[in-house]
Amino acid sequence: MSGIDRRNFIKIAGLTTIIGLSGKPLADAFASQPAQASAAEKEGHVGKRWALVIDPKKCLEKEGCRACIDACHRIHNVPQFDNRKDEIKWIWKEEYEKAFLDQENEFIEDSLKEKPVLVLCNHCDNPPCVRVCPTQATWKRQDGIVMMDWHRCIGCRYCVAACPYGSRSFNWRDPRPFIKEIDKDFPTRTRGVVEKCTFCNERLAKGLPLACVEACPEKAMAFGDLEDPESEVRQLLRNRFAIRRKPYLGTQPVVFYLV
Amino acid sequence: MYDAGKIITGLILFLVLFTTPIWVNLASGTSAERPDIKLPVDEKQCVAATEYMKASHMDLIYEWRDQVVREELRAYHSLSGKEYEMSLTKTCLGCHSNKAEFCDRCHNYVAVSPYCWDCHTEPKEGI
Ligand code: SF4
Ligand code: SF4
Repeated sequence: MSGIDRRNFIKIAGLTTIIGLSGKPLADAFASQPAQASAAEKEGHVGKRWALVIDPKKCLEKEGCRACIDACHRIHNVPQFDNRKDEIKWIWKEEYEKAFLDQENEFIEDSLKEKPVLVLCNHCDNPPCVRVCPTQATWKRQDGIVMMDWHRCIGCRYCVAACPYGSRSFNWRDPRPFIKEIDKDFPTRTRGVVEKCTFCNERLAKGLPLACVEACPEKAMAFGDLEDPESEVRQLLRNRFAIRRKPYLGTQPVVFYLV
Repeated sequence: MYDAGKIITGLILFLVLFTTPIWVNLASGTSAERPDIKLPVDEKQCVAATEYMKASHMDLIYEWRDQVVREELRAYHSLSGKEYEMSLTKTCLGCHSNKAEFCDRCHNYVAVSPYCWDCHTEPKEGI
């Protein structure tokens, strides 16, 4: 969440000026007042740097499990195309070798190598997709979510080319006829617009967990705030070794895979 | 000028013919029928004054859109002091649940086709 909104910013700026101008007595008088919590902090789930930690050993415990994919694609009106050319994906399974092209450790546990890996937008800390977007239809929020504004996307597909993970899908066709059941609480997209995972920001705003995290029967995913040393994600990262996809590119993904 | 008479008569004839619809309407004393929009029955108060909404609802909706998507603000405080969720489908269409008899009638009348519905779904008609 943006830590502070315009109104609070002005209030605080005003307050600081008064303190500055009126010297110590007034400063002391104000000092006892607690800092005002921003509107965002009062409601819902708040963090400074969201991250997702996936445990591939727990994931795919049940062969062919698609609970997270189905949940995400259902609530976000992701169309289902039968051919790979038109395919739209927010979260999907990729072969280990393709997901971790760069994993040079050929003796990594066989059980991991044989299984497909759950992949999605990495919400990179240094996202190339954001840098190339000419309309700022995609941008990085303060909480790290690489967000999309579909109203603004002109479908130039620069971001599709820039994303090294294939996390972005382009709507070549009108997606509506290919959505099984439209969830009316969420918009669909149109032809000519790019889409991808947005870390369920609409659910986070209401204090709800990510749809994939919630749907996973194996509890294979943990979502939380990297800035909070006590968060589940930090604890997992502290105690287990984790890898990320293509770290050498310097995109700094915040989707971690425990090994 | 050669044929001045013919040219001037021609021009006058053209102007008269071209403006016939106006004369016909004036003569018959009618104007184009205003769209007959259906207002919600249960709800009497909108998020802003009717006059403002009539003229500028699109500005309000655009502002809501940017606030929600780009500023992460979701609550709207109306002048009457009520709090609303900034949502086209939930708040606007929550009351104006019949798009065909409300939104469409007026939009058709003024011949605009907003593309909101390309992505946002109206409550009843489905897709
Ligand atoms: S994974 Fe791709 S789409 Fe997601 S933030 Fe990184 S570069 Fe952008
Ligand atoms: S396709 Fe859309 S989101 Fe991607 S770079 Fe172009 S305008 Fe930006």
